[in-house]
Amino acid sequence: MTESSLIAADRPATENAAESADAILEMRNLSRVFTRQPVLAETLLKLAGRAPDIPVLRAVRSVNLSVQRGEVLGLAGESGCGKSTLGRMMTGILPASEGTVSYEGADVATLRGAALKDFTLGVQMVFQDPYSSLNPRQRVAAILAEPLTVHRPDLSRAQINARVDAALEEVGLDVSYRDRFPHQFSGGQRQRIGIARALIVEPQFLVCDEPIAALDVSIQAQVINLFLELRRKRNLTYLFVSHDLSVVRHMADRVAIMYLGEIVELAPTAELFADPKHPYTRTLLEQIPSVRNRKRSFSTVKGELPSPLNPPSGCPFHPRCPAAMPQCSVDAPQLQQIAPGRTVSCHLYDKDKTLT
Amino acid sequence: MTDQIKPSPVLDVRGLQTVFHDTQGAWPAVDGIDLTLYPGEVLGLVGESGSGKSVAGFSVMGLIDPPGEITAGEVLFRGEDLRKKSEEELRRIRGIALAMIFQNPLSTLNPVLRIGEQMTEVLSEHGHDDSAAAASLAVESLRKVGIPAPEQRIHQYPHELSGGMRQRVAIAIALLGDPAVIIADEPTTALDVTIQGQIIAELQKLQAESGAGMIWITHDLGVVAELADRIAVMYAGNIVEMGPTDAVLDHPRHPYTLGLLDSVPGDTVPGAPLRQVPGNAPPLSQRPLGCPFHPRCASASDICRRDMPERETDAFGRSYLCHHPVSQKVDP
Ligand SMILES: Nc1ncnc2c1ncn2[C@@H]1O[C@H](COP(=O)(O)OP(=O)(O)OP(=O)(O)O)[C@@H](O)[C@H]1O
Ligand SMILES: Nc1ncnc2c1ncn2[C@@H]1O[C@H](COP(=O)(O)OP(=O)(O)O)[C@@H](O)[C@H]1O
Ligand code: SF4
Ligand code: SF4
Ligand SMILES: [Mg+2]
Ligand SMILES: [Mg+2]
Repeated sequence: MTESSLIAADRPATENAAESADAILEMRNLSRVFTRQPVLAETLLKLAGRAPDIPVLRAVRSVNLSVQRGEVLGLAGESGCGKSTLGRMMTGILPASEGTVSYEGADVATLRGAALKDFTLGVQMVFQDPYSSLNPRQRVAAILAEPLTVHRPDLSRAQINARVDAALEEVGLDVSYRDRFPHQFSGGQRQRIGIARALIVEPQFLVCDEPIAALDVSIQAQVINLFLELRRKRNLTYLFVSHDLSVVRHMADRVAIMYLGEIVELAPTAELFADPKHPYTRTLLEQIPSVRNRKRSFSTVKGELPSPLNPPSGCPFHPRCPAAMPQCSVDAPQLQQIAPGRTVSCHLYDKDKTLT
Repeated sequence: MTDQIKPSPVLDVRGLQTVFHDTQGAWPAVDGIDLTLYPGEVLGLVGESGSGKSVAGFSVMGLIDPPGEITAGEVLFRGEDLRKKSEEELRRIRGIALAMIFQNPLSTLNPVLRIGEQMTEVLSEHGHDDSAAAASLAVESLRKVGIPAPEQRIHQYPHELSGGMRQRVAIAIALLGDPAVIIADEPTTALDVTIQGQIIAELQKLQAESGAGMIWITHDLGVVAELADRIAVMYAGNIVEMGPTDAVLDHPRHPYTLGLLDSVPGDTVPGAPLRQVPGNAPPLSQRPLGCPFHPRCASASDICRRDMPERETDAFGRSYLCHHPVSQKVDP
């Protein structure tokens, strides 16, 4: 399969390659590795011309994915599989090691001047932990005004103040809260402040990294409702990262399932939940606890997510996969289209094995 | 469990109250709760952050330190009131008969001791003097909680293990004394659903073998639905509803229970607004008069703002604290 057909394969059923202009953000062969700093002995070895083996952690491995304007793309997978790393690369906070991110059709690495600013402001991030992502020594008004004072020197102080108040109202906080500090708010309120801060520069696209994971159930519902309402009012596009698949199901139009740095399945939400194709997706769906089930004997997935420092050969899921075949430990499956808008990376769906 | 042959409870908590003192006064984090736990059952204890679940667990264990204080109630373990025991007796009972498992296993594991050393240390406290026998017992109990290659793991330090493995080790240690009561405080909240499933499965198996009673503290209604025989719902220091899992989840009587159930995405129409409980849970020192849920409750009336409701019990063995309980809907 050629690279371009792999990329086309992740578009929703209604899209075709000619309409790819509607992708707000596009990732091609996007990878990120982390290496730790060499310790002294390793530096000495290197100086002596003997290159030491510093382990390389491949957090995201060659991801091809496009986000369509106006959609909510859910991203799910076990902790450590690379969701946050991918999300951070999408916002430009974290540079890619390889591959490209394109915003509105242009490679963001090449953006300068006004176009770069469009990208920086257009793609904003909402973080998991509303506690650590807000400066404890700043009042809410200052937290919200900061992105404007940095990026919008054209705005007067009065205009900035008006925008701060509007942002507070939009996320359901009373404007009288503008002079309070973050610690004077509950977790749910702090997450609203985090959302207001992202919204204040009028972004097109929000990368939401586990934005409700730290909240209580009843507060989660409030914040989910806020995200839904903002999307409708502002025509926003979201990448919604969550390990909670019930939340992803409620929020997302399409879902990407990630395993050990790779997207292993991508499908419209209803189809993914009705008919998961990848054995890993099936496994994950079976594990979602539901208030509808009773006294279940918990079935179990074998083992844990392998270390990205030392990934398995062949299919990364093969040591845990109930359907693994001899081939799986040798050949890495490729992401392939199996139905319009549905792609999966698994040898069970190889149509013509003689070609692979 | 069938009603005809109901054994006596292994744990019977009556009117337990625990307060936290500060300069303003004494604030009840647990405000006179009643709980019973039968051998072999799982009691799910659910509620929002700050509702008092952990304080309830610690109070049962007698592990409340200043500025906290247990101010009232009885904790009957096999009929004997633990609150009347000396600290020395209590420590002995805790080691072997009552065990607690925490959300963060690092809080109970010693970072500078190898896994095997920690386990043999606990075993020697339990009176196992033969170190070779203790070592093989340690390996055996690690195997029981699903740890692969336990002979190698006993030589590792806690930080060398994944979160899931650490939690298994903490569970193995807690279960070394073969406890009759296990209090598990959000043991899987920090873990992925895959690892959560594994750990719940192991605990279910161990519990079935030993016949221990287990209190499972969580804010995840899905987990208790699938795990618990009975459910107790806590709000602002009170158990506002308690009963068999089906009764509580399928026909909740307390508006807070209903609100929690409605706010979970699941059977909901994707993209539609979720029903939400308005507002936040009140902090400890600002709990309102009357029913503590009244500022967030759609059914609240004058009496709710004035008087704490009395506990009502219905034919399903479910009890609730509410002046205007949710009417029993007739389900198809
Ligand atoms: N050491 C302490 N000093 C003062 N107040 C405390 C202390 N420990 C707990 N509290 C208070 O007691 C109340 C109940 O706390 P608890 O930890 O039992 O809640 P919880 O239901 O376990 O919440 P979570 O879901 O966040 O674990 C809270 O208001 C909490 O702030
Ligand atoms: N700054 C970093 N330095 C080294 N390793 C990192 C860094 N950030 C993430 N990683 C590693 O990359 C992998 C993916 O992490 P992450 O993207 O945070 O996963 P997720 O968000 O899915 O839990 C993990 O193995 C993690 O430990
Ligand atoms: S490629 Fe093989 S091991 Fe991988 S998910 Fe498919 S069947 Fe399982
Ligand atoms: S007692 Fe009143 S305020 Fe409290 S839960 Fe019942 S109806 Fe609501
Ligand atoms: Mg993350
Ligand atoms: Mg707690």
